[in-house]
Amino acid sequence: MTTPTARETVLGRIRDALALAPAPDTVIPRTYRTGRTLPDGERLALLTDRLVDYRATVHPCTADRTAEVVAGILNERGARRIGVPDGLDERWLGAYDGEVRRDSADVPAPSLDALDGVVTASAVSCAETGTIFLDGSPDQGRRALSLVPDLHVCVVDLSSVVAGVPEAVARLVPERPTTLISGPSATSDIELERVEGVHGPRTLAVVIRTDA
Amino acid sequence: MSTFLGMPTAPPRSPYGTGHLRGDRTFPEAAHDELRNEQLRRNLGRATRTIRTKRLDVTGELPDWEQLRDAGSAIKTDTMNRLPELLEQLERKVTERGGTVHWARDGVEANEIVTRLIRATGSSDVIKVKSMATQEIGLNEHLEAAGITPYETDLAELIVQLADDRPSHILVPAIHRNRDEIRQIFLDEIPGVDPDLDNVPARLAAAARAYLREKFMTTRVAVSGANFGIAETGTLTVVESEGNGRMCLTLPDTLITVMGIEKVLPRHQDLEVFLQLLPRSSTGERMNPYTSMWTGVTPGDGPQDFHLVLLDNGRTAALADAIGREALNCIRCSACLNVCPVYERAGGHAYGSTYPGPIGAVLTPQLAGMHAAKNDPNSSLPYASSLCGACFDACPVKIDIPSMLVELRHQHTEQSGTTAEKLAMKAAAAVMSRPTLFTAAQKAASLGRAVGGRDGTVPRLPAPFGGWSDSRDLAAPPKQSFRAWLSSAEGAETMRAAAEEGAGRTADTPEEDR
Repeated sequence: MTTPTARETVLGRIRDALALAPAPDTVIPRTYRTGRTLPDGERLALLTDRLVDYRATVHPCTADRTAEVVAGILNERGARRIGVPDGLDERWLGAYDGEVRRDSADVPAPSLDALDGVVTASAVSCAETGTIFLDGSPDQGRRALSLVPDLHVCVVDLSSVVAGVPEAVARLVPERPTTLISGPSATSDIELERVEGVHGPRTLAVVIRTDA
Repeated sequence: MSTFLGMPTAPPRSPYGTGHLRGDRTFPEAAHDELRNEQLRRNLGRATRTIRTKRLDVTGELPDWEQLRDAGSAIKTDTMNRLPELLEQLERKVTERGGTVHWARDGVEANEIVTRLIRATGSSDVIKVKSMATQEIGLNEHLEAAGITPYETDLAELIVQLADDRPSHILVPAIHRNRDEIRQIFLDEIPGVDPDLDNVPARLAAAARAYLREKFMTTRVAVSGANFGIAETGTLTVVESEGNGRMCLTLPDTLITVMGIEKVLPRHQDLEVFLQLLPRSSTGERMNPYTSMWTGVTPGDGPQDFHLVLLDNGRTAALADAIGREALNCIRCSACLNVCPVYERAGGHAYGSTYPGPIGAVLTPQLAGMHAAKNDPNSSLPYASSLCGACFDACPVKIDIPSMLVELRHQHTEQSGTTAEKLAMKAAAAVMSRPTLFTAAQKAASLGRAVGGRDGTVPRLPAPFGGWSDSRDLAAPPKQSFRAWLSSAEGAETMRAAAEEGAGRTADTPEEDR
């Protein structure tokens, strides 16, 4: 006889447990709200309200002003050297005169610490919770890029903003490395007083393109 | 698929004497000391009040909150019923995507696996994301004994680790510390910290950022827990606030995730429920600042060496208990701690376990047992409650904690053998079920007035009931029982008068307080 592996033992224990205390099949009542839609104006207003509540800055604009608005934020924050994902639309940086480093997998992640900021696109956003989803697409880059620099400028197209969490989760590609961002990093670990800015970017600026 | 050979056997609890699922004294003994700490009570009272208000604000905002709770509860119940197939599916998916899955029968085995994996990388340091599972199994102590230095990177866990303290809350482990205490801990323990550091939370957080930045940039191995593991896709999820989780999950070459087997969820779609329930119940936010999801290994993005350790450690023993298994549905939000009048006063350390508060009082005995030793401290946990039911109302997956506490009390008394109290209760049951005996007993009881004091109370009962009267006075038995009074002439007259008065009022008396 061979000794059972931990895997066999644990699975065997689970089957024993379920045999000792059998339970009836459960029906899952999915009667909560799904498939909601809201007009553009309401999604914009809701997302803006939530982001401001998290102390992110919100910069609504039309798509043709993207470069101007992005450059304005970077300059105001004094960001002279920024990183961008390899697939970012280069026109978005057309008005920025600082140094731009295109990211690639062979750049050691710790060296991203030398950047003043990062500009990325986004995959989906949820208005009700003020959450932006990044999924590692070429215009969003690897996860370290939007994490290590202290300023994150994130471009959100209003057409990618959905009403609630179920609508956002339905748009995800599960296998992609996905990061949900709801405001700048924060902690409430000291007397439950919220403090913005611990390890992630201390400043989150969201450019919402209202006609894209 | 395996088949049963013979009768199923009850799975074992977490091994006695391992990990952090048992205190070294009973809850009342520990609470007795904790309650004397006024600073602790002030810190806790303030913190739990704040978070209760926040939670009610954001849960009240969703019109379908109750439907989400129903769905969350049903998904968890369904998960437990299908645990073998879901875990096998999760394992298959993670493996397909380049990860390696390990199984651990208990905490000792999980600690050994993690230590072996870290050694294989050649690193002697490891950065850690806050994780209840690794706290439960005492991973840090094990690593230190093996010559590996674990760095906790969650701010509260860092405070606890630097102070050589223990967590006292699931969500905010340093909730028992105030800003002055934290400042002093940082001044004493962080090398090179600014000696002029003040007690402003933002500056304390900045000091932690500066200290940990270098660790994030240089440490090649991270250990995390997981909030959810999706069987359908192999996706793991960590929910956090500070970004320390993102750092640990993204920057190192090797990531080791320790996950309790009950954290698996069937479908990716199920996240739409739990990503609403968890943050609102936990921090009282619409969404926590950061959530990370990853599936095995992604070339060019994040750790290229990923290990998932699936941990039993008493979970299957809980699953074998038809009532107790509900404790496995817990998503570790800590809402029940924040609403509990007992937790608010006694604090988390009094429970002696990684899992304090109402959920801890049911989960800890399920995982580690209550009768592993004589006077097992865990057997006092089901009594650490007034059964007020606030925890049940607050639970996002509707765990009926009060009923489980009552069941555990029942199991405890059943196990406790023959005691004088048990014999007395048995005698009382026999007497109360026979009217003549009961009347005779009541007459005898009125003789008990002899032991009553001048104020009509019995201050102290004789053994074996002395423990009961230690903290309360017992009213001395009356001269006459109610039944004796009712059958007397005085009683009959009073009842007749009351009936006449009542009959005259029924027609025109409005109903009140229905």
